[in-house]
Amino acid sequence: MLKVKHLTFTYGIGTPFAKTALDDISLTIEPGQYLGIIGPTGSGKSTLIKHLNGIIKPQTGNVFLDGKDIWSKDVKMNRVRFRVGLVFQYPEYQLFEETVRKDIAFGPKSMGLSEQEIAERVSQALEFVGLTPDLADSSPFDLSGGQKRRVAIAGVIAMHPEFLVLDEPTAGLDPAGRTDILNRISQYRKKTGGAVVLVTHSMEDIARTVDSILVLSRAKTALSGAPSEIFGNRKALQEIGLDVPAVTRVLLYLRDMGLDIDTSGHTVEQAVKILKNYSKGGIPVAF
Amino acid sequence: MLSDITLGQFFPGKSVIHRLDPRFKLIFLLAYITVMLLCSSLLSYGIMLGFLSFATALSRISVITMMRGLRPMIFIIILTAVLSIFYTAGQEVASFWILKITQEGLWRALFMVLRLIMLISGTFLLTYTTSPIMLTDALSRIMSPLAKLKVPVHELSMMMTIALRFIPTIIEETEKIMSAQKARGADFNSGSLLSRAKSLIPLLVPLFFSAFRRADELAGAMECRCYHGGEGRTRMKQLHLTPLDGLAGVFCLVVFSGAAVLGIFGV
Repeated sequence: MLKVKHLTFTYGIGTPFAKTALDDISLTIEPGQYLGIIGPTGSGKSTLIKHLNGIIKPQTGNVFLDGKDIWSKDVKMNRVRFRVGLVFQYPEYQLFEETVRKDIAFGPKSMGLSEQEIAERVSQALEFVGLTPDLADSSPFDLSGGQKRRVAIAGVIAMHPEFLVLDEPTAGLDPAGRTDILNRISQYRKKTGGAVVLVTHSMEDIARTVDSILVLSRAKTALSGAPSEIFGNRKALQEIGLDVPAVTRVLLYLRDMGLDIDTSGHTVEQAVKILKNYSKGGIPVAF
Repeated sequence: MLSDITLGQFFPGKSVIHRLDPRFKLIFLLAYITVMLLCSSLLSYGIMLGFLSFATALSRISVITMMRGLRPMIFIIILTAVLSIFYTAGQEVASFWILKITQEGLWRALFMVLRLIMLISGTFLLTYTTSPIMLTDALSRIMSPLAKLKVPVHELSMMMTIALRFIPTIIEETEKIMSAQKARGADFNSGSLLSRAKSLIPLLVPLFFSAFRRADELAGAMECRCYHGGEGRTRMKQLHLTPLDGLAGVFCLVVFSGAAVLGIFGV
C-alpha cells in the first residue's frame, strides 16, 4: 500500500518566485487499484507523483510504502523506485541506448537481475506495449514518436513495478494510439495485479478506465471518489476549469431536452445501455 | 540542486534601478569596478559601501538574495582573508608557531574581503535588475562601432542571446532526464569516479539529442520569420535615455570621482 500523508511542497521557497505546488495532500493507493489523478495545468499533479517514488523529498508530510516512510534511513531509495515505477511526461526524451533492447534493460539491470531474467523481461515488456520483437535491435532514435513512447513505457514496465505511475502517457498521440496505450496499461494491471496511477488532464482518458479519481486544483484536493460520484458533480468540475466526459455531456444535454434518463454514464458502453433501457421503457426514441 | 544556481539570474521589477538604461548600467558597473580597485582608505570604502547599499535599497532586492549570490564565492573570500592576515608584514598583534598576525594584515584582510564582496554584489545588482536580453542588447549597442571593423557584432550578440535564453531550458531538461533515469534506478551520486562518469551517459545522450533537436527547431522557426542576419534589422524595443539616466549619471559621477580621489590620495 502506498500512502501519502499531509504533503506540502513549495517551489523556490524563500525567493520572490515561491509557488505552492502541493498543499496538504493525502491519498492512499491500494494494491491493484486504478487511480486517476486529474487537474488543470499547474494544479500540482506532476509534483505529487514525483513524491511517490522519492524523486522529490517532501517539505512537510510523509510518503509510506507498506507502512514504512520511504525517507527513513534504513530504506534503500532504489528499492522504492523499482516497486513504484514512474513514467514521466514525454518519456521518449529519456532514451539513450544504442538499441531498444538495451534501453529497456536499463531498469532491470540496475535491479541486479540475471542476464536471462533481463532478456525475458525485455521481450515480455516489448509485447506488453505492443512492439514487435524485430524492433528490439534497432536504435530507439530511428523509431517514430509513438514507438519511442512505447519503448520508454516498456523500460519502466520491465521492472515489474507493483505501482505503475504514468504522467500523461497519451499526450500528443493520435486517438487510436491513445486507446491502444490505455488498453495495454489496463492489461498490465490485470495480468500483474499491480496498481496503476494515471495522471492526465483528459477526462475521456480517465472515464474509460479508472476505478477512483482524485481531482487536484490549485495545489489542493478538490474532489475524490468513484468516477460516477465525480462526474455527477459537473458544477464543481467546471468551477476548476474541467468538465464531465463528452459522453456524460451528451446524456445531460438529452435530459435538458426533456428525456428522463439516467445521466451517470461516462463511457460509450454505459451510454448505449442507458439509451437501450430508455427505449425499452416504451417511449419512442426519435434519434 | 541545479535550480539553486542564481548566477546571472534576473528578478523582474519596476524599481528605479530596473528602469535605468542597460547601456548606462553596464558603463556604471565598469566605472564602479575601477573605483573599487582604486579604493584604499576607510573613507573611500565607506562611500562606496554607502553607494552600493543605496543602490541595493533602490532596487528592492533583498539583502538575503544578495547574500545568497555570494555563497559560491565563500571559499575564495575566506582564502583571501586568511592569506592577507598571515602574510602581511607589520606590527605584530599576536603570534603562534610560525604564524604571525599583524595589524596591517588585519586591515588588509578587511579591505580585501570588503572589496571582493562589493565587487561581486555590484555585478549581481546588474544581473539581478537587468534581463539577459537587455544586457546583450546593451552590449551589442556598446560594441556596435566595431562592426565598422568587420567584427560580426550582431551575430555574436544573437549567439549570446540564444545561449542565455536556453540556459534555464537546458537546466530544466537536465533535471527532467535525471529524474526519469533515477526512476529506473540510475545512481548519479555514488561509486568510483569511473562509474560516476559512466552513469552520466544516460543523462548526456538524451540531453545532447534534445539540444540538437531544439537548435534545429529554433533555426526553422527563425527562418519562418524571415530572419536573415543583422543587416537593416530594426528593433521592436528601442533603448531611450530618460532624465532618470541623466540624474543617475550625475550622481554616480560625483560619488565615484569623490571615492576615486580619496582612494588615490589615500585619505
